[in-house]
Parts: sequence; C-alpha cells; structure tokens
Amino acid sequence: MAPELTGTDPVVVTIAAGADLIHVRQVLRAQALEAGLGLVDQTKLITAGSELARNIVTYATGSRGTLHVEQVRANGRRGVRAAFSDSGPGIDDVELALTDGFSTGRSLGLGLPGARRLTDELTITSAKGAGTTVVIVKWAR
Amino acid sequence: MSEIVPIMRIGETLLVSLQGDLDDEAVLRVEEQLSREVARTRTTGTLIDVSGLAVVDSFIARVLTRVVAMIRLLGSQAAVVGIQPAVAITLVELGVPMGHLHTALNAEQGMALLARLRDHGA
Repeated sequence: MAPELTGTDPVVVTIAAGADLIHVRQVLRAQALEAGLGLVDQTKLITAGSELARNIVTYATGSRGTLHVEQVRANGRRGVRAAFSDSGPGIDDVELALTDGFSTGRSLGLGLPGARRLTDELTITSAKGAGTTVVIVKWAR
Repeated sequence: MSEIVPIMRIGETLLVSLQGDLDDEAVLRVEEQLSREVARTRTTGTLIDVSGLAVVDSFIARVLTRVVAMIRLLGSQAAVVGIQPAVAITLVELGVPMGHLHTALNAEQGMALLARLRDHGA
C-alpha cells in the first residue's frame, strides 16, 4: 500500500558539500524521533541517508542535490520518507548500481545496496543525463 | 593542521575518544592526527573509543579500518572500542567489512586486549 502523507510540511535540506551530511543526519534523526522509530531503526535510517547524501556529493553535477523529508502513515503505522534528488549524470543501470561492490568511483560500492538493506523501501528514478531521485522509507515497528 | 580531538596517553597506550557528529573532513583530520601521534610517541597500542558516535556510516567505518591498518604498519597495535549496539547492527547490515578489526566492548577491555596482543602477538 502506498504510504500516504500526513499533511505536515516536508523539511528540505540543500546538499552542496560534505559538511551538509551532518545537517542531513540531524534532520533525519529529528524526523525519526517524531515518527516514533526505535533507536536501531533511527540509526539505520540516518546511516542510509548519510550514504545517499554522500552519493550526491560524490557523483552529482556540481555535487549538489536536495533532500525532502516527511512524515508518512500507512496501515496505522508511522514512518519517515526521505527523497534524495540530484541533477547529476543519472544512473546507467539501476540494477547494477544496487549490486554490492559495484562502484564507478573509488568507494566500497555499499551506498545504494546498503541503504536498501537498512530501509523498508528504496526506489530509484533515474535517466541518463536527467538526474537521479532515490526515495527511502522507514516504518516504525 | 589543527588538532581536533584530544589524544590521551596512559602508559604505553594512546586513547582517542570520538564524539558527536563528525563530517568527513573531521574524520580525515583525526586519522592524520592519530597516525602522527602514534609515530611521535612510539606507544605500543592505541584505543579508538567510538562510544560517543551515534552514527558510523561506510565512510567513517572505512577510515577507522584504514587507521587501524596504518597503526599496525607502524609496528603498533590498535583496537576500536565501544561500538554502540545500534551502530553494530547497522554496520553489519550495511555490509562494511570490519570483521578483521580488533574490537572490545569498552576502553577497559580494550586495554586488556592490547596487553594480550603485546604479550602474545596476534
């Protein structure tokens, strides 16, 4: 079932440099607390977000992107939805990018597959030359 | 380059305690500061206390494993101590290879671990 939004305003964070990762983590922590996520789920969400924000700094054009975070609700459960968007080169092969150890940079290639394991939902929308949006959702247990 | 974390020396051991939210730049500076300090003081062991870190992502984890490897190359030993349970669960799921690291629950057990490594090698 598609998560419905709760009507609260999304929080928007501009990602333009490595130092913004701290802001990303702080916003995700505040939203995770508001949604009632437990400590382990908070930590997983924040870590996944940190990986995705770093992907933007590493791969996006001008290292710039945007994070939209909002509270969601489905089947009586609350959660956090975080969308990381950039106008970078896009991802050629989304399935390949979700494979452990695959990297076009010099990283361990854990960012996307790791973020998928740490969250309940992860969807990637990307087209070559048209940027990438990665949406993650983490539900309270 | 300025020092951003206090490094304590207790006998033959260096203890560095990482706290709060570290950006990548800060993590890299800690790495450099620590390797310099190990070489300068010629201590036989280093404990990196991460109990004050609520989040360790793949970058921080990678730098931690690199620091430990570097300290070993210098002829010393190092252990990461105090990984928070939620952080440990997250790191395993994230898939960061950290299994080869010497780790201990806290600084006290870390000291005992370093003493064993000194005595028996490992």
